[in-house]
Amino acid sequence: MNGARIFVESLKKEGVDTLFCYTGGAVISIFDELHKHGEGIRLIQPRHEQGGTHAADGYARSTGKPGVVLVTSGPGATNTITGIATAYMDSTPLVVITGQVSTDKIGTDAFQESDVTGITLPITKANFLVKDVNDLAITIKRAFYLATTGRPGPVVIDIPGDVQKQDCKFNYPDDPGLTSYRPKESGHPKQIKTTAKMLSKATKPLILAGGGVNLSQANDELNKFLNKYKIPVATTLMGHGINPEDERLFCGFVGMHGTLYANYAIQNADLIIAIGVRFSDRITGDVSVFAKNAKLIHVDIDPAEIGKNIPVDLPIVGPAKSVLMELNGADIKGDYSAWVKEIDDYRKKNPLVYEKTGTLKPQYLVELASKIFPEDTIVATDVGQNQMWVGQYYRFRHPRTFLTSGGLGTMGFGLPAAIGAAVGNPDRQVLMFSGDGGFQMNMQELNTIRKYNLKVKMIIMDNSYLGMVRQWQELLFEKRYSGTDMGDNPDFIKLAEVFGIKAVRLGRPEDAERVINELAACETSMLVHAVIDPNENVLPMVPAGKPLDKVITKF
Amino acid sequence: MAEKEQLTDHIVSVLVNNHPGVLSKVTSLITRRGFNIDGISAGNTKQSDMFRLTIVVKGDDRSIEQIQKQLYKIIDVVKVWIITPESKLDREIGLIKIKIPQSLRNEILQMINVFKASIIDAGPEGFIVEITGTSEKIDSFLSLFEHHQIVEVARSGIVAMNRWDKK
Repeated sequence: MNGARIFVESLKKEGVDTLFCYTGGAVISIFDELHKHGEGIRLIQPRHEQGGTHAADGYARSTGKPGVVLVTSGPGATNTITGIATAYMDSTPLVVITGQVSTDKIGTDAFQESDVTGITLPITKANFLVKDVNDLAITIKRAFYLATTGRPGPVVIDIPGDVQKQDCKFNYPDDPGLTSYRPKESGHPKQIKTTAKMLSKATKPLILAGGGVNLSQANDELNKFLNKYKIPVATTLMGHGINPEDERLFCGFVGMHGTLYANYAIQNADLIIAIGVRFSDRITGDVSVFAKNAKLIHVDIDPAEIGKNIPVDLPIVGPAKSVLMELNGADIKGDYSAWVKEIDDYRKKNPLVYEKTGTLKPQYLVELASKIFPEDTIVATDVGQNQMWVGQYYRFRHPRTFLTSGGLGTMGFGLPAAIGAAVGNPDRQVLMFSGDGGFQMNMQELNTIRKYNLKVKMIIMDNSYLGMVRQWQELLFEKRYSGTDMGDNPDFIKLAEVFGIKAVRLGRPEDAERVINELAACETSMLVHAVIDPNENVLPMVPAGKPLDKVITKF
Repeated sequence: MAEKEQLTDHIVSVLVNNHPGVLSKVTSLITRRGFNIDGISAGNTKQSDMFRLTIVVKGDDRSIEQIQKQLYKIIDVVKVWIITPESKLDREIGLIKIKIPQSLRNEILQMINVFKASIIDAGPEGFIVEITGTSEKIDSFLSLFEHHQIVEVARSGIVAMNRWDKK
């Protein structure tokens, strides 16, 4: 069996049924074997490798299965880099397979050669260059194992053309044989006990839930924990998808554009249990006064996250799910009802608000969509203001329903991520929010929607600005709008129609409810070009590096 | 935590699988996390499929622990030791090619003896001296020859381990 066939058979062994792929000279052999023997593997061919990689990422985030990408050498591989870096920052399981020039040409600056393992070194959990066909099957086994276990992440396999043609016996191993890699499967019992004790003593505890909760499929356990002990919860942007019975327990998301009450809860808690968060600068603001009144317990599968940005009082290394299961069985005595009421009173005085001025407000659109679309709708956003408005005003009640580039902040992520979600979840609604800027970074993927007849609902919030940067310019650079004007945008309606996608324009708030209803009910893909108030800002806002309680609520 | 901690030298020993690219994975990670590498040496261990890196890095005390954790995330990293100043045992080897006039040769030979260094090559123009010891010892040996003509210096970089536990 040649290397290319071994590759295809290995994918089948891993249960891969969807492959995001774009062909080229260095992967012809693999595509040929896919053509002959690829039954059961659906090929999704994007129009650009970056789009394909983000789509695989959206597929992985929404389904929990690894996203698999196949591209050619050189430019095919380098086009995936932004997608890989995006997945790395948000710990998405991806396996990216790149073709490479033949082993005898490596290092000669051959046509379409690039040092893929070198380039992807800092943005992958692991990467491999397979120089011998005998190593191919075990390498694929290792790649899938590494991508999906412990803290998930992208893994790259670089396969030279001649290795794809060499023959060897196919034997797919059961064991990846990685002796130096053993992620923890549960938290230390002593630490769990200490957590229970600390909780029993606390009067103002707060759970801070991050992306790790979604990745570890721990949402049910967390909801159970919240319901049982009646502890308030705030999330990071990536932690959305928490749904306690008592809505008063839910504080929304923390950080730079977090709700006032979530940031209030952080700054006034006496105990914070942070689960699957990495304390990014967008969450903490000024680290020296972050959660200044609280003892901090940090639960994470990755020991390197603990103590990285914030000193921790009690570390627990382990998966969120098993730690929460242990905590749900622990003996915790505490009455936090006064604290819940304190936060709720604060929330009533300091709710999320926007001014209603008669123009079309993006926050209103998000509120409407959150009400009108079914609860299990998968929502993908781009990056910038649109992302923050969705983070603030959309209520996510289910795990893995919010796909957003939290760590890398990749513009151009929204559309292809929504496509990947639609591929992986054909029976569910998929809704994309994007700005006019980010949408144009991967708008070629509209053709992927048409090609595979996917159902993606799209809302472009068009303010004809790179709005988040414009907002910073307004606040910090005396309104010098350098490089942020997008007044030369194309006609988005015509653009969608070129790709055979139904599109409507929305400009007046009084039409919004009807249009969003139409969007939700539409049986095919549909795009809403929403011309929003160009001066709208994302508020509240904690300027970068400032304490979480130094909030701007008005410009 | 806001004030910058003092940057000091730390010695980190890393046991790695002998796989292609592992050295660059380790060094690039250390650089990426904001440390400067002041010295590095690599060599075989008792297991033929592994080798041991000894790396001297400049950084603050708090983040050296972070480096240890990050290094463990490299799949081919098997073990990481922080060599503590209290229990460190470190050695370096230096080869020094020196130009020496005949008239000074006796004096120089004495200095070489004092440092327990040895001459491993000699020619009409000078010697090649081999010296083993701590980096400081090699530094001070070199400083003695400042006024002479040092033609070439090759230093191995440090190898180090923690002493036997005395308790």
